[in-house]
Amino acid sequence: MDGMPSLSVRRQIDEVGAVDKVGVEARVTVFTTRSIKKNAKLWGLKTAVSMVDLTTLEGQDTAGKIAQLCAKALTPHPPDPAVPSVAAVCVYPALVAEAKRHVAGSPVKVASVATAFPSGQAPLRTRLGEVRAAVADGADEIDMVINRNAFLSGRLGEVRDEIAAVLEACGESRLKALLETGELVGYDQIRAASFLAMRAGLRPGDFIKTSTGKTNNNANLANTQVMLEAIRDYYLETGIAIGMKPAGGIRTAKLALHFLVAVKETLGDAWLNNTRYRFGASALLNDLLRQIEKERTGMYQAGYMFSEATSGY
Amino acid sequence: MTRLPITKTPKVYVGGAFIRSEGGRVLPVYDPTDKERLLGNVPLCTRKDLRNAVEAAAAAGPGWAKRTAYNRGQILYRLAEMLESRSDELAANLAQQSAADPAREVAAAVERLVYYAGWSDKFAQVLGNTNPVSGPYFNFTLPEPIGVVGVLAETGAPPLLGLVSQIAPIIVSGNTVVAFASEAAPLTAVLLGEMLAVSDLPGGVVNLLTGRRADLLPTFATHQALRAVDAAGVADAEHRTLALGAADSVKRLKTRAAGAVDWFAPNAQGVEEIADFTEYKTIWHPVGA
Repeated sequence: MDGMPSLSVRRQIDEVGAVDKVGVEARVTVFTTRSIKKNAKLWGLKTAVSMVDLTTLEGQDTAGKIAQLCAKALTPHPPDPAVPSVAAVCVYPALVAEAKRHVAGSPVKVASVATAFPSGQAPLRTRLGEVRAAVADGADEIDMVINRNAFLSGRLGEVRDEIAAVLEACGESRLKALLETGELVGYDQIRAASFLAMRAGLRPGDFIKTSTGKTNNNANLANTQVMLEAIRDYYLETGIAIGMKPAGGIRTAKLALHFLVAVKETLGDAWLNNTRYRFGASALLNDLLRQIEKERTGMYQAGYMFSEATSGY
Repeated sequence: MTRLPITKTPKVYVGGAFIRSEGGRVLPVYDPTDKERLLGNVPLCTRKDLRNAVEAAAAAGPGWAKRTAYNRGQILYRLAEMLESRSDELAANLAQQSAADPAREVAAAVERLVYYAGWSDKFAQVLGNTNPVSGPYFNFTLPEPIGVVGVLAETGAPPLLGLVSQIAPIIVSGNTVVAFASEAAPLTAVLLGEMLAVSDLPGGVVNLLTGRRADLLPTFATHQALRAVDAAGVADAEHRTLALGAADSVKRLKTRAAGAVDWFAPNAQGVEEIADFTEYKTIWHPVGA
């Protein structure tokens, strides 16, 4: 792979517009300079809690671990009832039924990474079967990885058709199309892939998502900004509001607030809720709770006062 | 040819790096004998700097505690070597800030480090014990480090000797330290940081802050991740703040009133100073019947 986009990807870039790399990177640095204190900070922290897709994607996940994760998702911070539950728990397809059992009847959704996560390198039939199984087990949301093999080789039609097929397999369940931005070379390709996914037929309320968290190249403000701007341009063009989910690498409350500033200043207040914005994270939740507790008590909190993170990212 | 001297920007040593304060503000330090003469602008550290320093100390803690006692002793001895080789510079730094007897103070600080380096693999034998129990058990007690410890140096104390006398017994057992330097002579702590950096001490084991004591003292008292605070030169009002905060965050508090300690005296050092910041673990080990 020489990093040069294939001809068909270049055509797609020409059509949806290239990204000004320097401009995006300069833009996102100002998001980190906003002064958010006291009430605004507390609001931001609690909103971020409500947007977390509490994730565990490990080979060592067991029913017991899922039970713990769900308990944490339902009541993240028992001492303070004003802290909302998280948006969803995100698990492997085999554990959907287990997770559903714990969160049924609550606002917490069950999301599942289907389609041969994280590589996506399985026959389409297998991937669709995985999606149908997860939906049948009660998954409210499906996080699919797009076919990077096809995208990087320039078979864009194949990528689009597969997303459409997965959408069909989802039925009523919400779809999050995961681009794995770390494997797409450059912002131009991220924008092109965002448009490709959205145009494949994503419905209002479906999401595009940055990464699996399984590579070193995770969500950051810049690649998220490219996707937010793609969502904005697509919305202005079609009126269809697509949600955004950065995932992987967002471990601190401070960084999460920077991400929310980016949303507010790019897409506006309509996206500042968990039907249109999510954080794919596990360690983040504890840091958010720690900062909420700091705001409540005025005392800096020790990390070990909060439960350990549920997985590696 | 005349040459414009290159002056050093005083920076504090936190997490193994030399940093400015988070807010970018500085505190001017003047020559005590000539209030017009600026000696330097030290970082005016805020409670956010303290928070960051505690994070750095907490991250460095497990690795430091896991080293062998012998290795920690070697590193403390190495620190003494670093001070010894730069003793003239330290003495000049102290003289500039009107310390009473700079050369004697540097020598005493070096000796204090060597003293605690020697204790590193011995204090456990003295503080620990095997306990007679009525049963088929081998029962023994060991001192273990308690975690991140806050240190507030005495404002009027010998700036180098006071700080070293407080830090050395805390780190020798495997604790990590966030220390606030004497407000009257912060430049010594800045220089000490440079020696810590080259002493094989892992980054984050000792973190030094400068600025105004009144700004940081309440946060030292209440920060939950600080498991203990050793405060010297404590006034009555400060004692109240420290005691209330320590009770709130459930931490061990050791205070020494202003002028209560003669830092040069032999009784300013001892294994008790190490014991104050260790926790005892007692183990019941079954023996074959």
